[in-house]
Amino acid sequence: MQYTRTVEALKEGTVIDHIPAGQGVNILRLFKLAETGERITVGLNLTSRHMGAKDIIKVENVALTEDQANELALFAPKATVNVIENFEVVKKHKLELPDTIEGIFACPNSNCISHQEPVKSFFYVKPQQKDTKMKCKYCEKVFSKDIVAVVR
Amino acid sequence: MANPLYRKNIISIPDFSREELELVVETAGQLKREPRNDLLQGKLVASCFFEPSTRTRLSFETAVQRLGGTVIGFADGGNTSAKKGETLADSIKIISSYTDAVVMRHPKEGAARLASEFSPVPVINGGDGSNQHPTQTLLDLFTIRETQGTLENLTVAFVGDLKYGRTVHSLTQALSLFGARFYFVAPEQLAMPDYICEELDEKGIEYTIVGSLDDVIPQVDILYMTRVQRERFDEADFKKIQGKYVLKAEMLKNARTNMKVLHPLPRVDEIHVDVDATQHAYYFEQAKNGVFARQALLSLVLNETV
Repeated sequence: MQYTRTVEALKEGTVIDHIPAGQGVNILRLFKLAETGERITVGLNLTSRHMGAKDIIKVENVALTEDQANELALFAPKATVNVIENFEVVKKHKLELPDTIEGIFACPNSNCISHQEPVKSFFYVKPQQKDTKMKCKYCEKVFSKDIVAVVR
Repeated sequence: MANPLYRKNIISIPDFSREELELVVETAGQLKREPRNDLLQGKLVASCFFEPSTRTRLSFETAVQRLGGTVIGFADGGNTSAKKGETLADSIKIISSYTDAVVMRHPKEGAARLASEFSPVPVINGGDGSNQHPTQTLLDLFTIRETQGTLENLTVAFVGDLKYGRTVHSLTQALSLFGARFYFVAPEQLAMPDYICEELDEKGIEYTIVGSLDDVIPQVDILYMTRVQRERFDEADFKKIQGKYVLKAEMLKNARTNMKVLHPLPRVDEIHVDVDATQHAYYFEQAKNGVFARQALLSLVLNETV
C-alpha cells in the first residue's frame, strides 16, 4: 500500500504516533497538551499499515519527558514517542509502564478523600498477566487501568 | 536503638512487617499482665472522630489515660470546622501542632493516609470509611495469640459479610504473613472480594470457600463471625439466607477444645446468646483486649523503647 504523508513535518517538538484510533483525544485531554499554548496537530483515524487505523499527535516546541512518555504506556502501550529537533528525531522514547502515576487520573472511588483535598491523585501501577491494575495511594482500592483511564 | 514503630504513622495493615505485628502483640501481652501508668506521661493525644464510634473511641481514650497521658478531641465531626468547609489537611495541620499524636476516624477512604502527609506527629488510623481499621486487626491478632499461644499455621474461618467487612480483609492479610489456612463462609452476594483471593493466590496461601457453617466448625482454631446486614439484600433474598450464618451453642459440640469464637462487635443475632456461656465464646474478652492492643501501639509509637 502506498504511504502518503498526511500530517505536515515538525521542526521542533514531540510526535506521538501509533496511538490506537480513538485514544488521541483522550491523550490530549488527560495530558492537558492543549494547555501548553503551543501549536498542536492532531490526526484521527489515519491509515496505518500495522494497526489499520491510528491517531497521531504532534506538539510543537514541547519535548515530552521520559516520565510523561511512560504514563502514555498505560493506554497506548504501542505508541511511539519521538522528540524532534530541527526536523530530526533526536530521541525515541521506549515506553515502559511507570511504577507510580501522579496527578493524571482522578480516583474512580467517589468516597476517596483525594477528591476534596489539596492533593494530587496517586496510583501504584501493578502489571498483571491480562490487565494492568492501579491501586490508589489514599483509599487503597485497586482498579483495572481501563476504569481509571476514562474517569475525569 | 528505637523500636521500629517509633514515630511511625499507623495507617494500614499491609504497611506492617511480620516483626512489627509481633512486636505490638508481644507488648500488648506485657501490658495486660503488668499494667503501666507511666508510658504516656506528659503526652497529649488528639482523638479526632469525624464519624461517631463507641468502642474504638472509648478504648483509645481509655488506653491513653491508663498510660498516664491526656486526651483532647471531639466525638462527632458535625461540631468541628470541617462543617464550615475546612479541608481535612488544614484541620490536621492545626491539631497536630497542639499534640504528640493524632488518632482519627473519618468517613472517607484514605483520610488517615492524607492526614499523615500534613502532620508532623504520628497519625493513627481508627477507621477510614470502608478501607482500613488497623487497630481492630491488631487487637484481633493479640486475641488470637492469647487464645492459641501462637500465630503460626492456624486454621481460621471467616463467616458472614466478607465483601464489605474491612476487619475481615485486614485480618486475612495479616494472618497470611503467619502461614494461616482459611475457610470463607458467606452468601454469594457477600463473598470475599477477588483482590483478596488474588493476593492469597500470589502468596500461595490455602483457602476454601464453604457453603455451610456446620462443616467448618470441627476444622478450625478460630471462628471469626461478622454481621450480615439486612439492608444489603432484598427481602426475598434475605429470607433465603436468614439463619444460615447464625451460630448457636448446639453447633459447637464437635468444635476443637482450643477453638474460640471471635466477632468485631456489635453483634445483632448472628451469635445466639446461648453461645456466650460456652467455653468457646471469646468476643467480649476480645473487645476488652482493644484497650491493651491500643496501649501497646501508642506506647511503641510515642516511646523509643518500651
